[in-house]
Amino acid sequence: MNESLVRPCTVVVGHYGSGKTNFAVNLALAVKRRNPDLPARIADLDTVNPYFRTADAAELLRSNGVEPLLPEFANSNVDIPMIPSALRAAVHAPGFTAVDVGGDDGAVALGMFRSELLAAEAAVFFVVNRFRPLIATPEGARDCMEEIAEASGLRPTALVNNSNLGAETAAEDVLSSVRYAEECARACSLPLFCHCYMTSLVPGLPEAFRSAGLDDGLLFPMEQVTRQLF
Amino acid sequence: MSEKVLMKGNEAIAEAAISAGCLYFFGYPITPQTEVAEYMARRLPKVGGLCLQAESEVAAINMLMGASASGTRAMTSSSSPGISLKSEGISYIAGCDLPCLIVNVQRGGPGLGGIQPSQQDYYQATRGVGHGDLRLIVLAPSSVQEMASLTAEAFDLADTYRMPAMLLADGALGQMMEPVDFSVFPKRELPEKDWATNGTKGKRKKNIVNSLFIEPDKLEQSILTRYERYAKVEAEEVRYEEVMTEDADVILVAFGITARIAKSAIAAARKEGVKAGLLRPITLWPFPKKRLFELADTAKAFLSVEMSMGQMVDDVRLAVNGKRPVSFFGRTGGMIPSVEEVTAEILKLGKSI
Repeated sequence: MNESLVRPCTVVVGHYGSGKTNFAVNLALAVKRRNPDLPARIADLDTVNPYFRTADAAELLRSNGVEPLLPEFANSNVDIPMIPSALRAAVHAPGFTAVDVGGDDGAVALGMFRSELLAAEAAVFFVVNRFRPLIATPEGARDCMEEIAEASGLRPTALVNNSNLGAETAAEDVLSSVRYAEECARACSLPLFCHCYMTSLVPGLPEAFRSAGLDDGLLFPMEQVTRQLF
Repeated sequence: MSEKVLMKGNEAIAEAAISAGCLYFFGYPITPQTEVAEYMARRLPKVGGLCLQAESEVAAINMLMGASASGTRAMTSSSSPGISLKSEGISYIAGCDLPCLIVNVQRGGPGLGGIQPSQQDYYQATRGVGHGDLRLIVLAPSSVQEMASLTAEAFDLADTYRMPAMLLADGALGQMMEPVDFSVFPKRELPEKDWATNGTKGKRKKNIVNSLFIEPDKLEQSILTRYERYAKVEAEEVRYEEVMTEDADVILVAFGITARIAKSAIAAARKEGVKAGLLRPITLWPFPKKRLFELADTAKAFLSVEMSMGQMVDDVRLAVNGKRPVSFFGRTGGMIPSVEEVTAEILKLGKSI
């Protein structure tokens, strides 16, 4: 990954289902691991999904020293969009804050914090996944990014390649997404932050990258953090 | 599309419906199925179709009746309380012999209940979805791939037998993401819709689609004729999946998301020395009762696992017909049973036989 693109406040946006929550949680954990003394937190700004959300990883986050800021009724039966009350303060709090935003029009909620995020010079990471039909092409990804930028009033600052097929992801799927990610980065005029991969699914990916003549420096290893039912 | 894509269950339903030639969607938002309508609103206008957000569930189901009467492929989708609202219209659709698709992405009940996943609408789907003698073909997907393939299948079955079909999913399947391959759906030979009210063009007598009969003997006759078709569905369209049933002492019966949990649980139970297997009904009506009756010759006990207080278990008992004991394990109200809980239940049963 390209660490220079991370900012003390880093917002994660993207098409819904692109894997933002998995990435945002893993980013917060990775930052905390590299800087054990830094206070780190992650805010759940997802107003779209009723379940399969950041709250699922609350225990994992707390046990690794990352404070989850969750909407008060996340994963309950309260069927209204909510944002965590502690988010506004967290944008300027010392240390590291990751903000996990709901997909597509979920970015409207992000617009509420536009001026604070601009003042904090927050990074905005745009997540893409080549296996999601609406963003399967660089043009689709660019259109999606423009919609999010318009809805939130914030321009993404870097691109995250999280191409995956869920539990069926093979090394070949990530390898073949590298070109897509580079084309997306060009189409969106964004620097590439990383190529994500799930260590439990494709453990040998760094070697596969090297033998394919690809630079493994941008790889970002992740662990599964969303709720597993079976 | 020949390559797999990653989709939410609700999106897979919508895309599969469009691929199956469904051009009309009538619905009203409700968690956890709203993505079906959202996807339709985005996609249908691009393929020459119409997605209409009705003023209520009652309006949506009656719009569906009208569209189906014209012979076109059409659907509605909702979640538990919304299906209750549609029940009058569903009965009218069945009484009019109209093929269409009704999707229920179940959530916790009764009443407003909650938004978490459940399977508490089994009785409603298989027995009490509307007044009168009527049946729906009820298909229960267990993966995002099946959310797509059974949507396509449901349209074909509905057209073949001229009756409404229901896709009975749950919030977990609707919200979760898995790979889907849209290139694998088989095509069926379908009967012509010569009953459709799509204009006589001056060349034939007008068609009438109606569920009202003035004479009771005529109403009885229409029901008897319909039940002949129901008998054919029961004889020819039963679908189920079996996992490790050949040597199983304990056979679990589970559908939908619960069957996925059951699969992990039977594998775990086998590691602990209990030979467990699974029968997963894919059609809830018609129910795989014949196969369960046969399996009762070799299995020693059955365990119905559901996200309800025990509804399908009645059908398992009717099928097994006293040959073997049938017990039940479930969580309800939006709680999902864990693999560990189900495994513990199998081990308990394994010790008792």
